[in-house]
Amino acid sequence: MEALATRHILGMDDLTRQDIFKILSLAKKFKTSPNSTPTLKNKTVVNLFFEPSTRTRSSFEIAAKRLGATAINITEAGSSTVKGETLIDTAKNIEAMNPDVIILRHSSSGAPYVLSQTLKTPIINAGDGFHEHPTQALLDLFTIEEAKGKISGLKILIVGDIAHSRVARSNIYGLKKMGAHIIVCGPPTLIPPAMTQLGVEVSYDLKASVQKADVIMMLRIQEERQDRIQFPSKKEYIKYFGLNCETVKLAKKDVIIMHPGPLNRGIEISPEVADGPYSVILNQVTNGVVVRMALLYLIMGPQVVDPRAAGPKAGGGKHATSH
Amino acid sequence: MRLLIKNGIVIDPSQKLHAKKDLLIENGKIKKIGPPGTLDKEILRALGPQDDKIIDAKNCIVAPGFIDMHTHLREPGDEHKETIHTGAKAAARGGFTSIVCMANTNPPNDNPFITQFIKLKAQEEACVNVYPVGALSKGLKGEELAEIGSLKEAGCVAISDDGHPVMNSYVMRKALDYCKHFKLPIISHCEDSYLVGKGMINEGLRSTLLGLRGNPAACEEIMVARDIALAQLTGSHIHMAHISTQAAVRLISEAKKRKVSVSCEVTPHHLFLTDESVATYDTHFKMAPPLRTPKDNAALKKGLKENVIDSFATDHAPHGVLEKNIEFEEAANGVIGLETALPITLKLVEEKVLTLSQFIEKWTLAPARILRLPKGTLKIGADADITIFDPAKKIKINQNTFVSKSKNTPFHGWACKGEVITTIVGGKIVYPF
Repeated sequence: MEALATRHILGMDDLTRQDIFKILSLAKKFKTSPNSTPTLKNKTVVNLFFEPSTRTRSSFEIAAKRLGATAINITEAGSSTVKGETLIDTAKNIEAMNPDVIILRHSSSGAPYVLSQTLKTPIINAGDGFHEHPTQALLDLFTIEEAKGKISGLKILIVGDIAHSRVARSNIYGLKKMGAHIIVCGPPTLIPPAMTQLGVEVSYDLKASVQKADVIMMLRIQEERQDRIQFPSKKEYIKYFGLNCETVKLAKKDVIIMHPGPLNRGIEISPEVADGPYSVILNQVTNGVVVRMALLYLIMGPQVVDPRAAGPKAGGGKHATSH
Repeated sequence: MRLLIKNGIVIDPSQKLHAKKDLLIENGKIKKIGPPGTLDKEILRALGPQDDKIIDAKNCIVAPGFIDMHTHLREPGDEHKETIHTGAKAAARGGFTSIVCMANTNPPNDNPFITQFIKLKAQEEACVNVYPVGALSKGLKGEELAEIGSLKEAGCVAISDDGHPVMNSYVMRKALDYCKHFKLPIISHCEDSYLVGKGMINEGLRSTLLGLRGNPAACEEIMVARDIALAQLTGSHIHMAHISTQAAVRLISEAKKRKVSVSCEVTPHHLFLTDESVATYDTHFKMAPPLRTPKDNAALKKGLKENVIDSFATDHAPHGVLEKNIEFEEAANGVIGLETALPITLKLVEEKVLTLSQFIEKWTLAPARILRLPKGTLKIGADADITIFDPAKKIKINQNTFVSKSKNTPFHGWACKGEVITTIVGGKIVYPF
């Protein structure tokens, strides 16, 4: 097995198409033949989480344990400045205990980049601010391919708070690389600037967009991330951007409905839709484990030359400018 | 003590001088300017005291001492970032003979005691002239006027809440009215704080890609438009600090055509950098207002060329690793500039945006005029504040050579032309140290 071209997994923007294929195909192997899984014995994974998380953290932990690696969870509330120790100091202390990978979740966009500049240990970004959440995008790609047999050529509709969503950004980068067509839909206040420069279609009309979509990806309304009022009321949000049975009826017959969780039932998605026949929401969670297993294996497995023995850092480079 | 500067090209926009001349300094003042070789006898005849000196300025420009009208010295309060002593040293190394320090110290310079402290400290420890700016409002809160008259009496040369835009137009209007009596210019930090919100980089494709909140160019445009309206209403002068956008240039150009009493400055970083530099979350590219786009760079350069932009200024804003080597969103705003400003802005001469003489004017005569300082000239009898630099000397900017306490420059590693050879303040050589 070949190693990835990158050492850190900072974002889908940095991952090559080839690396994405490698991760997805190994994940598929893990899913279809769970008994022939290789092991990462004697490897240590540190989950360094500065933000609350249930799904992502436990998914990484289970993934590590299924591979026989040891997983340690460190959860710290608040940013480094609040704590009095800087993020870099905290991370250096953890690195001093020789883990094999550090998985970081942080409320500040770019925090994993800061660490990748300083640390020798590979970093996996488990969500930074509203910048990127690459493992969520990878498991979404996996789930779409599993359900649809392909990604290229599909129309993917992402609905909700695009501006404050790292899931949206990572999925846009990942899906574009895999040849999908993306429509983002939400109130204009929650669509970030320059979306069309990314080659993404922008819509403010959910009903019209739903009809075109092969995949509908609903995003959570993240009140904790919104710095001010972005729409008049939840009621009005639900009216225009909530996905309910009526709206789903307009969709293609083979549409799939996704959500990164946690769900705000009755707000962006009605309970009937979340639990309905088109929903693949729990498949996403299941697939999250094999995708993260594949990623951990590709970052720490025997095919990787120990980066700490090597010279200059690879990966963690600049954003591609060719959007 | 006498000083003879020989063989240099003297450029002094205040007397439209641009020629090979020798320059004689006596007792801290400009004594004589004459054709090359004609002043040797003077100094030799009078040669008595041992500290008489001859400086060979061959291949160099001899200019009035550079003035930085926008510096943050951090003392009192944040001495780990910079002090009056180290900031002045950095200024001398950068070719500045006068610096104008902003009021946002801790406590802020909103009362004459702080002004006196700064003046006293400067007298004892600074090797260049230090001119304090007084706060516009008490505590820089934008609510009540500071004691502007007393601040002037204590030595403040302008009034500003720099770093904290004065959002309340009524307060700004009253400050402008009140300042008329004291003939003090008001320096405005033009950003609409409400529209900025938590925005920290220019709003556009880059802010979207990085997942950082945007600060749209309109934040500056709105405030510049308001300030122009208030300058017109009150008849008082407003100087707009560190403008960064094409829109600001357009508005100020239009206001000047209507003879509204406004002026403005631009920093080296807003001229030469864009939001693309933020791509790796490098906090050395985080400042307020933020770095904009290539279109804005071009508009600022055009504004300089057409004299819409009166002056350069560094906005030297020292921060330590504690404020900068952290998450981008948490990091402090600002970069240092005193030790890099001359070679960076000299690029404009190479790019043919400015002539050498215009370049010098924007670092000397222009800020002196705006702030009514008796500086920025080499006329006979003026204080002998002089900057001698070699415009052709190739250098590479290296933050490790800085004498400033802080190293937060966005220009580390840049290859430039232009090296400060000697800085003279009041007839005394303050650089080389």
